[in-house]
Amino acid sequence: MINNGETPLVESQRGDAFVEFERVQKSYDGENLVVKDLNLSVPKGEFLTMLGPSGSGKTTCLMMLAGFETATHGDIRLAGTSINNIPPHKRGIGMVFQNYALFPHMTIAENLAFPLEVRKIGKAEREKKVKRALDMVEMGKFGGRRPAQLSGGQQQRVALARALVFEPELVLMDEPLGALDKQLREKMQFEITHLAHELGITTVYVTHDQTEALTMSDRVAVFDDGRIQQIAPPDVLYERPQNSFVAQFIGENNTLRGLVKQIKGDLAVVQLDDGELIDCKPINVKEGERTQVSIRPERVEFDKKRLQPGVHTLKAEVLEFVYMGDIFRTRLRVAGNDDFIVKTRNAPDQKRLEPGQMLEIGWLPQDCRALDA
Amino acid sequence: MSDTAIHAPVLAADGTPLKRSLGRALRVQKMRALALIAPLLIFVLISFILPIGDMLFRSVENQIVEDTMPYTVEELKNWDGASDELPPEPVFRDMYFDLFLATEMKRHTRLGSRFNYESSGMSSLFRQAGRKLTDAGKAAQEALEEVDPVWGERETYFTLFNAPEGTAVDTDLIDTQKKRIRSLADEAPKGEMDFAPSEQASALLPFSARVYTSFAVITGMIKNKAVEKTKPMESLYLAMIQDVTRPGFSDDLKAYDGPFKDDLARLATGGLTAPDYTAIFESVDRAWGNVETWRVIQTHSGAYTSGYFLNAIDMQKTPEGAKMQPQNKRVLIQLFIRTIIMSLTIMGACILLGYPVAWLLSNVPTRTANLLLMLVLLPFWTSLLVRTSAWKVMLQQQGVINDVLVWIGLVANNNRLVLINNEIGTITAMTHILLPFMILPMYSVMQTINPSYLRAAKSLGATNWTAFWRVYFPQSVPGIGAGSILVFILSIGYYITPEIVGGTKGVFISNRIAYHISSSLNWGLAAALGTILLVVVLALYWCYDKIVGIDNVKLG
Repeated sequence: MINNGETPLVESQRGDAFVEFERVQKSYDGENLVVKDLNLSVPKGEFLTMLGPSGSGKTTCLMMLAGFETATHGDIRLAGTSINNIPPHKRGIGMVFQNYALFPHMTIAENLAFPLEVRKIGKAEREKKVKRALDMVEMGKFGGRRPAQLSGGQQQRVALARALVFEPELVLMDEPLGALDKQLREKMQFEITHLAHELGITTVYVTHDQTEALTMSDRVAVFDDGRIQQIAPPDVLYERPQNSFVAQFIGENNTLRGLVKQIKGDLAVVQLDDGELIDCKPINVKEGERTQVSIRPERVEFDKKRLQPGVHTLKAEVLEFVYMGDIFRTRLRVAGNDDFIVKTRNAPDQKRLEPGQMLEIGWLPQDCRALDA
Repeated sequence: MSDTAIHAPVLAADGTPLKRSLGRALRVQKMRALALIAPLLIFVLISFILPIGDMLFRSVENQIVEDTMPYTVEELKNWDGASDELPPEPVFRDMYFDLFLATEMKRHTRLGSRFNYESSGMSSLFRQAGRKLTDAGKAAQEALEEVDPVWGERETYFTLFNAPEGTAVDTDLIDTQKKRIRSLADEAPKGEMDFAPSEQASALLPFSARVYTSFAVITGMIKNKAVEKTKPMESLYLAMIQDVTRPGFSDDLKAYDGPFKDDLARLATGGLTAPDYTAIFESVDRAWGNVETWRVIQTHSGAYTSGYFLNAIDMQKTPEGAKMQPQNKRVLIQLFIRTIIMSLTIMGACILLGYPVAWLLSNVPTRTANLLLMLVLLPFWTSLLVRTSAWKVMLQQQGVINDVLVWIGLVANNNRLVLINNEIGTITAMTHILLPFMILPMYSVMQTINPSYLRAAKSLGATNWTAFWRVYFPQSVPGIGAGSILVFILSIGYYITPEIVGGTKGVFISNRIAYHISSSLNWGLAAALGTILLVVVLALYWCYDKIVGIDNVKLG
């Protein structure tokens, strides 16, 4: 694979790493590796999201970090100390579970006091901390209730408060917003990130929801097939995916298949399967290799005036026009691909296309990335 | 908002009050639900609730005494049982005629058994009396024949007591006798008979008329024979002497214009002596001359009695009120306590043995869990009797367990452990048999406890033990509760296993109930014991509800 130096594919070890995975492997049955050679380091105070489809190994990584699974091979370090042989209760890691795991037989206040009690913190101190944690998530009035009497969003806040009440330096979250409705989820996304940054705690967050990953994280690690495919800040991940999996997985993406004709520095000419030529930026391909060309729907232009002179253009037929309020979504047939999507902003001067209309489309070469096939 | 708006009933779209509308809409649903459960409800009602209700009713029912000796019971009310004097002669007199009729209907042994529950020896007293009372009647017959042989012929009595066409019939007498015979015989007197008591004769000879009428009902309506041609009961002769020797008989006879007027006059002057019933009874058995015997009869003569319940808690009914039984007869309270303690022990053993198994079942993969569950349920596939008998083989002194212990050397051969026919045997076998009833509810509750609770607790800093004890265990309590109730209630009424492996020390109250049902036939006491057992279980259930809350019990 070619790495052209934009971002390292897998981050090298850094001196100030707080959480480190070094060559970690995990197998449940002794035949298949669920996690294959994981290397990762998270600096203190970072909000890192592990994103990936189900079965990609992200939750297993989280469980190994929490201590509920043991690594088959490799080393996991927390603040420089290997924690492979430290039982979960001694790791001092706060954790928020998918189903919140609030103890149903205890009140909210008792739930929050639990981690303090097992740490043998005095009653007065305990009450003070519980109150502060509940106020922090705006749940101060609910201390006497049982978890079953709270709504999903409220339970979520309590679970968060419980994971934070004993002031851990690292908090793990396993798809904590999965059970909430869309609006509440968006609200909680902001609250969690604000809280994490305010308190300066390191957060490792697992989700399969890419929007969540993009909006919340300092960095996102995209998992697939037991490996980290790319780890980068959200904007880099979206705009400069390093391979076709990441390009497909993050955001909406148009894919065209072809052969790399020539590479000239930062510019490659790709011949598509129906013979047409396009200009792209080569990422991890060589001349003569097959490639998947990836272009974001909002970077496609069909106003000739806005295109660079001399670039290749493609003929396209409008198949469908969908009005979505803030944007228009147009489905085109391009080079034999019926699912080529173009998104345009609903601006006063924006044209509305009619099905059957013939267009010529193009893009800036740096927006079109030639990735591995 | 105005007041009317607040208080006016909410109306449905068509103007009817919403409540009524809703009620109508729900009624159909309710009826459908009722129709669905109706077959089971009827089945349970007929085959379960009614028989049990009838059985429990026997714990207070005491109709037999009043049914069998109505006149004696009436007469006994005039006697002060606390006094040291024997009941007056009329009591003995009515006892004679009541008992004679009971013997005729073969009811006297039942009556004897009834009193035998209260005081042993009463059964044989009644059985003997039944046989020997006839002798007194025969003696009376001879005395009558001595005056005139006509009194030895059966037709004489028929003619004497029968009301010919056109004369007054004593309908009261025949009705009371029919009712009485009905309660003595298991069938109702039916059909027509060729006898009706003459009012005149019954006024002159009340006892004889009564005896003859009851004889006529038995003969004509139960045995379906001709009354005229049948030899009357021997008690009739004694009744005749009783009647003709009563004071004022001669005066009454003057107004009489029925058959045998002259013969009756001769009888009155024939030198007959009034029967001494007390002496008759004392000659049968000296116990009849004992005040104690009569006290027992008087105390237990009511139609309803608390006697069985008092007996069930080691007390007895006396003329002075309820008293404790003598020390050597007190067994039942102790047996109740033992039943409860052993049931609690079995319940505890089941919790201790079952909890880890249920935990394992709910924490292994489904396939393994199903296999293990099958092993748990395996005992259900063999007969209870076989399993219990197998324990007999295991536990006896020459049995498998003792053999192994001796072989290992833990126990000396001449000092083998007594593991059966005592509490240990019952507790061991019943714990084994009832264990699945503990494991299954526990398992179904534990299955619903998300493993993430334990993980959460550990991530919050709890050790394995703290996480289990503070987080997992409280959530599994409903399962323990359900299993405990099930096991405790099943074991408190268990019968077959204690019977086989319990010996004398390891039996339960239910074995006592079974004994009274099938051996001593004291159904009243059995019913009283059963009722108490039921009340104890309900009371414990109530306590459980108050302490743990029945809503917390989950069976799945």
